[in-house]
Amino acid sequence: MTAVQEPKFSEFHDNDQKPVGFGRMLRKEDPRFIRGRGRYTDDIQLPGMLHLAILRSPFAHARILSVDTSAAEASPGVKLVVTGAMLAEKGLAWMPTLSNDVQAVLATDKVRFQGQEVAFVVADDRYHARDALELIDVEYEVLEPVIDARRALEPDAPLIRDDLQDKRNNHVFDWETGDEAATEAVFASADVVVREDIVYPRVHPAPMETCGAVADFDAVEGKLKLWSTTQAPHAHRTLYAIVAGIPEHKIQVISPDIGGGFGNKVPIYPGYVCAIVGSILTGKPVKWMEDRSENLISTGFARDYIMRGEIAATRDGRILAIRTNVLADHGAFNGTAAPVKYPAGFFGVFTGSYDLQAAYCKMTAVYTNKAPGGVAYACSFRITEAVYLVERIVDCLADELNMDPAALRIKNFIQPDQFPYETKTGWVYDSGNYEPTMRLAMDIAGYAELRKEQEEKRARGELMGIGISFFTEAVGAGPRKHMDILGLGMADGCELRVHPTGKAVVRLSVQTQGQGHETTFAQIVAEEIGIPPADIEVVHGDTDQTPFGLGTYGSRSTPVSGAAAALVARKVRDKAQLIASGMLEVSVADLEWVKGAFQVKGDPGKSVTIQDIAFRAHGAGDLPEGVEGGLEAQICYNPSNLTYPHGAYICVVDIDPGTAQVKVRRFIAVDDCGTRINPMIIEGQVHGGLTDGVGMALMEMIAFDEDGNCLGASLMDYLIPTSLEVPDWETGYTVTPSPHHPIGAKGVGESATVGSPPAIVNAVVDALKPFGIRHADMPLTPSRVWDAMRGRATPPI
Amino acid sequence: MQVTMTVNDVEVTREIEGRLLLVHFLRDVLGLTGTHWGCDTSNCGTCVVWLDGEPVKSCTVLAAMAGGHEVRTVEGLAGNGELDPIQEGFMQCHGLQCGFCTPGMMMTCRALLDRNPDPTDAEIREAISGQICRCTGYSTIVRSVRWASVHEAAAAQQEANA
Repeated sequence: MTAVQEPKFSEFHDNDQKPVGFGRMLRKEDPRFIRGRGRYTDDIQLPGMLHLAILRSPFAHARILSVDTSAAEASPGVKLVVTGAMLAEKGLAWMPTLSNDVQAVLATDKVRFQGQEVAFVVADDRYHARDALELIDVEYEVLEPVIDARRALEPDAPLIRDDLQDKRNNHVFDWETGDEAATEAVFASADVVVREDIVYPRVHPAPMETCGAVADFDAVEGKLKLWSTTQAPHAHRTLYAIVAGIPEHKIQVISPDIGGGFGNKVPIYPGYVCAIVGSILTGKPVKWMEDRSENLISTGFARDYIMRGEIAATRDGRILAIRTNVLADHGAFNGTAAPVKYPAGFFGVFTGSYDLQAAYCKMTAVYTNKAPGGVAYACSFRITEAVYLVERIVDCLADELNMDPAALRIKNFIQPDQFPYETKTGWVYDSGNYEPTMRLAMDIAGYAELRKEQEEKRARGELMGIGISFFTEAVGAGPRKHMDILGLGMADGCELRVHPTGKAVVRLSVQTQGQGHETTFAQIVAEEIGIPPADIEVVHGDTDQTPFGLGTYGSRSTPVSGAAAALVARKVRDKAQLIASGMLEVSVADLEWVKGAFQVKGDPGKSVTIQDIAFRAHGAGDLPEGVEGGLEAQICYNPSNLTYPHGAYICVVDIDPGTAQVKVRRFIAVDDCGTRINPMIIEGQVHGGLTDGVGMALMEMIAFDEDGNCLGASLMDYLIPTSLEVPDWETGYTVTPSPHHPIGAKGVGESATVGSPPAIVNAVVDALKPFGIRHADMPLTPSRVWDAMRGRATPPI
Repeated sequence: MQVTMTVNDVEVTREIEGRLLLVHFLRDVLGLTGTHWGCDTSNCGTCVVWLDGEPVKSCTVLAAMAGGHEVRTVEGLAGNGELDPIQEGFMQCHGLQCGFCTPGMMMTCRALLDRNPDPTDAEIREAISGQICRCTGYSTIVRSVRWASVHEAAAAQQEANA
């Protein structure tokens, strides 16, 4: 364990040391991006390419009585108009979701959310395709919509999923974890019990690039080439093979440069399938790119959990148990993406970073007439909701006990000697050392001085708040015997080939959406085999070019694929050692590895570099007996456990008492993601997640009116933080390596999105303490804060 | 209708529909895909280009309106194969991740430095406040612009000394 504050940025010198291994290194992908030469899905232009546009439902719940496409078909430039009825004839009207439900590609019977796909047009350009949408005449019989998840459970609520045989209610699933009786026993005898209703509203990842695809079906070869905005190209390919009946080897899914994913690009959307159908039917390449409103109203949302949190403790601040009851809104189709055995994702880690005696969660998930989705927006499979719950309720307890929230947390941390630590809900935390992380955050913040300043300001009637959040995440899904998506185990392949001149290519099954894989993975391989990162080409995002794997989401790339890259490099190194033994005419045991070369033990003068070895591996000279030529290897890595990064976040806010505007003055984030590969990239990931946190805590919400109209259907209505709403981030780090990961690394991509919302809300609630407030629901817009100051904070849904 | 404009110092003439947006003219007609499209409401700024040296959101400009004017895009930012200090700064300071907002951000930031060579952090934040980045959290973009500012000043000083 080391505790080091991130060095202060110096803009005056180039500190890019081009490490052969870990360290700050400029990104290999940047030269194309800064020249405008990124290649995103909408940049793909193919000869004869047509454009597809989708007609969407204006209603949240309505029966389709008729669809008349004749005028649209006659519209200039139109090549094809397809309805749900036409797809049904081909058996393509429905497709499986990643959660074993089905979702309509185009609606045939009813529309079940505003924005649902009803028909599509293929035309010679995007304007003509949109023109024709206006000419499709759909007759609807409007039905009562179910918008509030609580209404979905009422016996007389309209039945949303009458397409499912024998479905008589709006339940998706019931799920529980922990020990109900043991938890009740602890609560019954506890000195103090605090209860709070906590809503995590529906939000949307809204990546800057919307979703889209270019499908190119070659009828002669029987081959489908699909460029699409997907975070999981291999999983998508398998699904297309199952849905469309095209043999898997005849499908190539290419995920080119992706303009941000954040989980929004994990599911398969009807638009992708429409583009494939459009290309098959027209014999031409077909491009579909949704517009911003389509992205916000129809693609994977996130959260939408109504939670009751309860915490039991002793009077002196020993936390004993946490219990929660959750109502989860999954929208019209269960389009969430979570490992099959985990319908609520990894919400089971709601026990947080604390050593408890008991814990219990009961959850009910329902269908509503809202867009499908659920697992998105950098949530680490619902850990955002879990961390928000526990870190909010712990603050409520601190308020009840009149204890400092930092002291309460420190008092209850799982101790370093308790790791590996099995939680009361069955999660085995691999490693952690929480208190130094917390202390470092407090040091950077100047916590004691901040509390003093707050006291002085309160005396003057000024509203200043300090909020703390301490999180433990579970990332890197996952061990294949426990975790699969539609039966596909969550392991990751990796291939490494060293060319004769000692340059290399590494092929990954994961895919980048801005995380910098082309750099980070080159560094991982470089660390293991001593070839400089600049000499290592990273290939990803193309199913024809890369080994099978489940893709990038849930912060899984470094924990799973990063391990695969390290281990495949070690395999290559082992072979290199055999070849080196022949070159140096010593036994393998007499060789030692110094980064980039094998040398005879005790004789630094006798050595061969990895480049020498690579040439020998491909050369005409003899190789040791039994050693094949070439220098390459492949692997499929099946993680033995998840990795459990942690972090301590402190937020300082000022609230204008006249306008109730919250200003985030400072934000200190200390993260521990184990071994750090590229600190620059890690810092960037943290900064981005913190900004998401400000968005969710203060600005963002996908709201609906009572008819099911989405009120966040554009970036004028769905507010995303700009440079003016966020502070200059202050970061630090500690290092507690993962004991089971080959290089000790843990995932970090979503840590800040998970950890920051409770810190911000805790800060706002802390600022509002003079008003007797213990909780207020996100997003803490001026109007909601204003209401809270008057004791009537309106619920967000 | 026919439209003629200068794009990155090259005069182009094309037959277009009157309703064609400048962003689509650049991307789909001229194949300059460095300029991106991200919303329909002028909120995101991924489509920022220069019209006669001023940053504009090209999703809200008709191609026809650019007729007779000079347009500059990210493809025209590097001169004679040399990177503009803004481009270099974004790379040095990790001012980009997915790269989607980057061209628009760089065009705005270049224009800022042209009129204010030594901006404060607050001035930089103000300048980019009409644009959205989902990845970086903006701090590194601010650093990138300062990097460019400092290096340009140093280069100018060197030139003056020489």
